[in-house]
Amino acid sequence: MSVESLEKEHNSIDISNSHQVVTSNDVLLCVKDLHLWYELKRWGFIHSGYVKAVDGVNFDLHYGESIGIVGESGCGKTTLMRTILGLEKPIKGSIEFCGENVSGLNVSDMKFYRSEVGYIQQDPYGALAPFMDLQQILEEPMIIHGVKNQEKRLQRIHDVLTEIKMFPVDDFLRKYPHMLSGGQQQRAVIGRAMVLEPRLLVADEPVSMLDASVQVEILRLLQDLQASHNLAVIYITHDLSTVRYFSKRIFVMYAGKIVEKAQVDELLSNPLHPYTKALLEATPDPDYENALTYKEVPPGEPPSLIDPPSGCRFHPRCSQMIEGLCDVKDPPEIEAEPDHLTACWLFD
Amino acid sequence: MSDNNKLLRVEDLRLYFRVKNGVVQAVDEVDFSLNYNEAIVIVGESGCGKTSFARSVLRLLPRNVDTYSGRIYLDNVDTMTLNDEEFRQDVRWVQMSMVPQAAMNALNPVIKIGEQVAEPLIVHQGMHKDEAWVKALEMIEQVGVPGDFLYRYPFELSGGMRQRIALAMALVTTPLFVFLDEPTSALDVLTQANIFNVLKRLKKELKISFILITHDVATSSEIADKVAVMYAGQIVELGHARTFFSEPLHPYSDMLMNSVPRLRVKKEPTFIKGQPPSLLGPPEGCRFAERCPKRFNKCSEEPPVVNAKGHQVKCWLYV
Amino acid sequence: MKTLREIFSYPAAVIGLILIILLLAISVFAIVSMPYNEAIRLWRGGEDIWYNVPKMAAPEWSNYFRSVKLPESIIISSDDESVEKVYSKSSEEISEVEFSFTFDYNYDTFPDEITFFFHTQFNEKKPHVNIKLINPDGEEIRIGSMSAADSASFILSQDEVLFRRLGRVLLPHQAVMAIDPKDENSLAQKGTYTFLFKGSLFEADSDLDAEMVVFGDVYGIAGTDHRRRDLTVALLWGTPIALIFGLLAALGTSVTTMFIAAIGTWYGGWVDAVIQRVTEINLILPVLPILIMVGTFYSRSIWVMLGVLIMLYIFGGGIKSYRAIFLQVKESAYIEAAQAYGASNSRIVIRYLVPRIIPTLIPQLVTLIPTFVFVETALNVLGLGDPILPTWGKLISDANLNGALYQGLYYWILEPAGLLMITGLAFSLFGFALDRIFNPRLRGM
Repeated sequence: MSVESLEKEHNSIDISNSHQVVTSNDVLLCVKDLHLWYELKRWGFIHSGYVKAVDGVNFDLHYGESIGIVGESGCGKTTLMRTILGLEKPIKGSIEFCGENVSGLNVSDMKFYRSEVGYIQQDPYGALAPFMDLQQILEEPMIIHGVKNQEKRLQRIHDVLTEIKMFPVDDFLRKYPHMLSGGQQQRAVIGRAMVLEPRLLVADEPVSMLDASVQVEILRLLQDLQASHNLAVIYITHDLSTVRYFSKRIFVMYAGKIVEKAQVDELLSNPLHPYTKALLEATPDPDYENALTYKEVPPGEPPSLIDPPSGCRFHPRCSQMIEGLCDVKDPPEIEAEPDHLTACWLFD
Repeated sequence: MSDNNKLLRVEDLRLYFRVKNGVVQAVDEVDFSLNYNEAIVIVGESGCGKTSFARSVLRLLPRNVDTYSGRIYLDNVDTMTLNDEEFRQDVRWVQMSMVPQAAMNALNPVIKIGEQVAEPLIVHQGMHKDEAWVKALEMIEQVGVPGDFLYRYPFELSGGMRQRIALAMALVTTPLFVFLDEPTSALDVLTQANIFNVLKRLKKELKISFILITHDVATSSEIADKVAVMYAGQIVELGHARTFFSEPLHPYSDMLMNSVPRLRVKKEPTFIKGQPPSLLGPPEGCRFAERCPKRFNKCSEEPPVVNAKGHQVKCWLYV
Repeated sequence: MKTLREIFSYPAAVIGLILIILLLAISVFAIVSMPYNEAIRLWRGGEDIWYNVPKMAAPEWSNYFRSVKLPESIIISSDDESVEKVYSKSSEEISEVEFSFTFDYNYDTFPDEITFFFHTQFNEKKPHVNIKLINPDGEEIRIGSMSAADSASFILSQDEVLFRRLGRVLLPHQAVMAIDPKDENSLAQKGTYTFLFKGSLFEADSDLDAEMVVFGDVYGIAGTDHRRRDLTVALLWGTPIALIFGLLAALGTSVTTMFIAAIGTWYGGWVDAVIQRVTEINLILPVLPILIMVGTFYSRSIWVMLGVLIMLYIFGGGIKSYRAIFLQVKESAYIEAAQAYGASNSRIVIRYLVPRIIPTLIPQLVTLIPTFVFVETALNVLGLGDPILPTWGKLISDANLNGALYQGLYYWILEPAGLLMITGLAFSLFGFALDRIFNPRLRGM
């Protein structure tokens, strides 16, 4: 499976060259001050506010790096992911891939970027077209990106299926999604994401709908793929316990902003932001002691994104809130410790 | 453990369904017991029969039942001897109730919360509507939902709130115990912690028993006094939580525990190769034998349930 | 295939399928045995095509159900091998020819009509012919004496002279065969009849031929209409016309509707809004009155009607129901994935959305076919049918205009109506069974 075996259509830049110059210091994806606001319209045309789903996100992703984005529902991680995938247009800010801007482009300009990003979804059955067999499903991305030779496509499919360990390959080609188990379906989704030899994988809760024993299998597979192809991975989840196995860095999101960024071990052993601490405290390990104690949970609910609280978004629920500061000024990203950033006034 | 002071005693329960290709043995010769003011968690993967078990105890059966037999002693009365109408009036939702899976989506969207929580009282206890509403108010405040939510509609509530309302509906008739089927599987971590706080408090204050059904081994430890592991329609291990989480005995329980990713311990999880057997004609002998690393020749016979180190285990290794 | 086996498990589907195959067989037979131009020619009729066929005659098999049998037609021509023409020359130019037609008549009721058709060859002087009838009693009755031009015909019932001579009670063609010509309730005399023809030819190369048609009251498999046309032409040819019209209309509307709904739903925004408003306005428009207007002011051609019908139906209720399904499918995860790997909008619509709707489309299409067949019939009954095509609707329309029911000519209406009902039944049964197969959630019902 060499890179040259697949001819991809490029519009403006020749990416295949940069494969040889890979170092993990090179930035693959650069997200700058990204804002994505959904416009609310009453009666279809009267403007009545914005849902500020992503409100100022910055980060760099290097080649071969894996990061985990953790947060509860409504924190904006799904919207962030969709913007990175190019399914949404940001209202402010930019996304750069290998130095080229990829946000807010039209469909044809985006095409080269789409062949570089693989998307793995949460629901493995829903992610596969029920009326297509596995061969057709895996061929689709290649057909769209202009791989005209059917033999080449079949060869690539064989390689991919072998790599995701679906043996015997020929049997699986003819199967339809409903004939596969949950784990096999998710493997197919992963295979489809890999078929165009992407450099970045975006995985949205890839194992949350699978059984416990299968979850590990899939996570292992993703780990292996990442290592052998030097893929950058963005892993999005609300389950902190899985993110450790998969990501080197973790970003914690709350109400549209990233509130903490750190290496995995550092974050888990030394969480700084009060919200991160609450999340860790609330995530159980299988331990009998859990049944004997009440967990401390910050009161209230995540805020509305239409009218978020002033200042730090977490301040209404924060036990360590500083009056006059946290409720007035939005905290910037502060490097509290080397390579450990947090958006909290406590660390100013 | 004296046998005759148990809240629930299930003996030799069987529930088989008829499908096009044969008979599915969803619950197969299950023995089970629950004390007063105790919480037992039934863990198992999807398709192991845990939901069917709850349904068979509550007699919420589908139309294609092939076999439904055994003895279910609730407060020392065998409910299997009651006919359907007696069961509906005296047992279901009166002595035991259930919070089904995705209960928060099972709330009727066009009826106010208060009416839905009050309904079991009106139907099962013949209570007058005003009195029922008062009790409903008490109940939703118990589960941590503000009282004025009685007059709201389900869509106005968040997922966590709706789950609490579903819990209130199950508790409002003060049953002896409640089944909870995947109560937090669709909820966020913080909301989940809240719900478990509520459950712990209710258990303490109302002296109620719970049977929690889940595939999430980690969250099961939040409330378990005892843990039961179900595999392919049978209970393969039942033991105190204290010893179960640290030392599971049955090979499946052991492998299941090892497959759980942990937050605080740097342990690489392992996965179990293969798949559970189909319940449409399960194999002879031990149903886990095919995937078991400790399998030996005796395993081709159905293993008995034995007591080992305080647990009940269905495995030849402990005979 | 699994689907085929499933189809056979529904008795309704099997019956429907058998009926459909029957209709198809009839269509194929019609097209093969009577090519299109031939059928049009036959249906247009004309003096030389149906001249020897009785008017408004019931089908021959209807006699099984009668105690008093209606007569069948008897046709004898001087060309027939059994008829011997005897020529005798009396001079250079003048000759005589004699022949006779003998037949048995065993019915109690009279024939509808007795007519002689002459074919003569001459230059200037018309041949002359003398006709006599010998009835079963052996009596000789003088029928008439006339000159015979080519393609002339002598219709007995219209001959005043004969009428007077035979007593003015019964019409001539009945009187000559009556037991008692002066009794108005007289029955026909059964037995052997012979018509004697003596023709005089005044030129050397003249010749005289005659064809006798004793018109019966029953004819053929299906009977005849007011223009003596055999109904089997319209019944047979009406089948492929109905099927093709129904299929084209159903297919055209369903497929187009589906694509419009898909495009509207996928692109959303103003495209969707426009399509929905157009649909809503169109739903209020009355279809039949518009078709009537088009037919009256513009053209009654079946292709024009088909076109207008399709245009009116495209933006119909189907759009709403397909849209509901598409809106749901649009949110599917696999469509989001397709967007992520760069599928274009048109590809998503054609390759990812449309296949989801085909299981709903096919049963709806099948059950829609008879609707359009009935519309075509309705147009005919309203007088807007295609003027040259032999269709079932035309038959019903003609029957209606000619008072078929009042005259007891039930076959004229029942035959096309029966075929219409079979068509409706066939497609409905098959379509409903298909619906149960393709949409399993309905199976429990």
